[in-house]
Amino acid sequence: MTTAPVDTTAPASPTSPVAAPGEAPSFSLAGTPEFPRRVLMKGNEAIAEAAIQAGCDAYFGYPITPQAELLEWMARRMPEEGRTFIQAESELGAINMALGAAAAGARVLVSSSSPGISLMAEAMSYMAGSEVPMVLINVMRGGPGLGSIQPSQSDYFQAVKGHGHGDYRVPVLAPSSIGEAMELVATAFELAERYRTPAMILADGILGQAMEPVELRFRTPERVEAPWALTGADGRPPRVIRSLHLQPEDLEEHNLHLQEKYHAISEREVRWAGERLDDAELVVVAYGIAARVARTAVARARASGIRAGLFRPISLWPFPSEQLAELAGRVRGMLVVELSAGQMVEDVRLAVEGRVPVAFDGRTGGMVPSPDEVVEALRELDATGLSARRSRRARRRQPGPVSGAEHLHPHRPLPEAESGHEALSIFGDDAWMPLWYTVPVPTRHGHDGPGRGRRGPAGRAGGKR
Amino acid sequence: MSALAPAAPRVIYRRPELLTDVSTRYCPGCGHGVVHRLVAEVLGELGLGPRTIAVAPVGCSVFAYEYLALDWCEAPHGRAPAVATGIRRVRPDAFVLTYQGDGDLAAIGTGEIIHAAARGELITAIFVNNGIYGMTGGQMAPTTLLGQRTTSSPTGRDARDAGYPVPMTEMLAVLPGVAFAGRGSTADPSSIGKTKSMIRKACEAQLHGDGFAIVEVLSNCPVGWGMTAPESIVHLRDVVTRTYPLGVLVDRTGRGRAQGPEAPDGTAPADADPAGASSSATPAAGSGDAAHAAKEA
Repeated sequence: MTTAPVDTTAPASPTSPVAAPGEAPSFSLAGTPEFPRRVLMKGNEAIAEAAIQAGCDAYFGYPITPQAELLEWMARRMPEEGRTFIQAESELGAINMALGAAAAGARVLVSSSSPGISLMAEAMSYMAGSEVPMVLINVMRGGPGLGSIQPSQSDYFQAVKGHGHGDYRVPVLAPSSIGEAMELVATAFELAERYRTPAMILADGILGQAMEPVELRFRTPERVEAPWALTGADGRPPRVIRSLHLQPEDLEEHNLHLQEKYHAISEREVRWAGERLDDAELVVVAYGIAARVARTAVARARASGIRAGLFRPISLWPFPSEQLAELAGRVRGMLVVELSAGQMVEDVRLAVEGRVPVAFDGRTGGMVPSPDEVVEALRELDATGLSARRSRRARRRQPGPVSGAEHLHPHRPLPEAESGHEALSIFGDDAWMPLWYTVPVPTRHGHDGPGRGRRGPAGRAGGKR
Repeated sequence: MSALAPAAPRVIYRRPELLTDVSTRYCPGCGHGVVHRLVAEVLGELGLGPRTIAVAPVGCSVFAYEYLALDWCEAPHGRAPAVATGIRRVRPDAFVLTYQGDGDLAAIGTGEIIHAAARGELITAIFVNNGIYGMTGGQMAPTTLLGQRTTSSPTGRDARDAGYPVPMTEMLAVLPGVAFAGRGSTADPSSIGKTKSMIRKACEAQLHGDGFAIVEVLSNCPVGWGMTAPESIVHLRDVVTRTYPLGVLVDRTGRGRAQGPEAPDGTAPADADPAGASSSATPAAGSGDAAHAAKEA
């Protein structure tokens, strides 16, 4: 499996005038001394603008917290760009409008939050089956049911194990910062169109609602030929976009074709990032906003003598299983941190196949673990891992996944006075810095952009060895 | 005079070009074939074949894409109007048609059809109502007549349990976004001819930018109704039309798109919230540019 860490170094696209003639747009890319190209933006709005700059032709949505600002941004900006915006009657309406527009060859974005994504599951299955490219953003909130409007990562299973019925997969990308989310929107369009598949961005309520400084660097993926798109059968045989194959032989053949495609995606499109992995004994595995907390925890653990590192899956499907398996051969234990009751931890355990203890630390319902909670879990794993190493012979006799201590804190109050850091930010000590600064280079595409090789103060980039 | 010279052959009936030369999967006596033919004839006469993108439903007509030589998009059950909306908005030059049955349009897809109509989407809906779920073996539909026996209303539809037949097209006709709504049938040549002219009108409504258009076509399901084909046609003509009267329900064609934010049929009550009235009466046009120009004007 080749590794393609996220391409964070793509050169900034040339700034394009976004105003209609004689009309100033409500958002400007202009980089001037008075208006620098580094601005403070809300996640939902930055993602929306990134999609517009990525060439999104049509957006369909329905209001739901915590992603409503994305819809509102599109409501204002898409008409300015002469593109399609519809506030649909429901998430069902929105996703099926997307199906139609994408079948007609348009570059289409849909966004929602967890309960709305459940409603969209049906059409995701149809789009996977009929191979219609489209990007869907889930700004996750707490569940099950109506749950809460607070951030959560409890839709991991839904996103990576399939939303609707049938044998299918969709690429799922999980940004950890607003800047990275902007880049991954363009990547998601690329993946969707390259492989003729829906693709997902799995964000959460913090990424959607928080504001961060972002650089107005956008990427517009090239258009690929769409010889399947519906344009009207003018001078050519009619085209049909469908997932129906009533004959079992036909459907099996179609499914084998889909599986070949998914295999190709697994081979080529694994994305991940690592920090301080070179000499790490214990590794925190976390994605999305949990990785921001984990990153601070790793720094604090190091300060207290624990040699910790961070492994951050960026593509949740395809999952960086091989990289984790390789890592498992040289560390003593792994700690998975999620804003859920434990979902990605299952994939981590599958990946390491019992070679190291895999512990879990998570909060649910909109609660976010503090860095010190994670450090505490690392300390416990440290003890577990040591004992596990001592009894390696014993473990060999008892094959199967070895799990460490489970940490799901039911009602632990927010640790206010545990540490002086806590009052500052739930993002952690170095939250100001986009995580992509520490993504290992080189990238698969070999871009040599302005960000290449830059490292954050957190220091060593780990990752691929 | 010798023997009569043979008259020059004159074609009085042929397969429309847009109708593919295959045998359909429809049951003997089913009305879908007639409706397919009417659609093919009208699209052919209006020269719309090369521009048309049609949306196929889930139900008996799920294979419509095999019978009409058009670009087709399959929609999940009931979602055809939303799929058609997406197509229409990104391809303003396309002619967009949905073909839906009564389970698809009047049950699972009520939300999508009502809001596509309310937005006045420039799409034309062909709604085939045979009062039953044929594809799945003849279960009760929202359009099933009171007293009608189906596999899921074995003693006949009882309003106390199953409510009343849904007059979907009448419900849609009250929406200002709807430019044309009518109900025809496939019961006899006269009705078929009237149905065809309604389908033509509904297509022209889209072409002229008048708004959403729907033609409900009452059809028969001999197998689902437990009748012979001739019996089912008599039943359609004499019984079904008592619940679903034939005719044009609303015709707001000719108003075009550029008439501004007034209620298109002049029926907006004077005491209505003017903003509300205008927003419902000026659904965004299929052509983005035109819509934006209109808004900014």
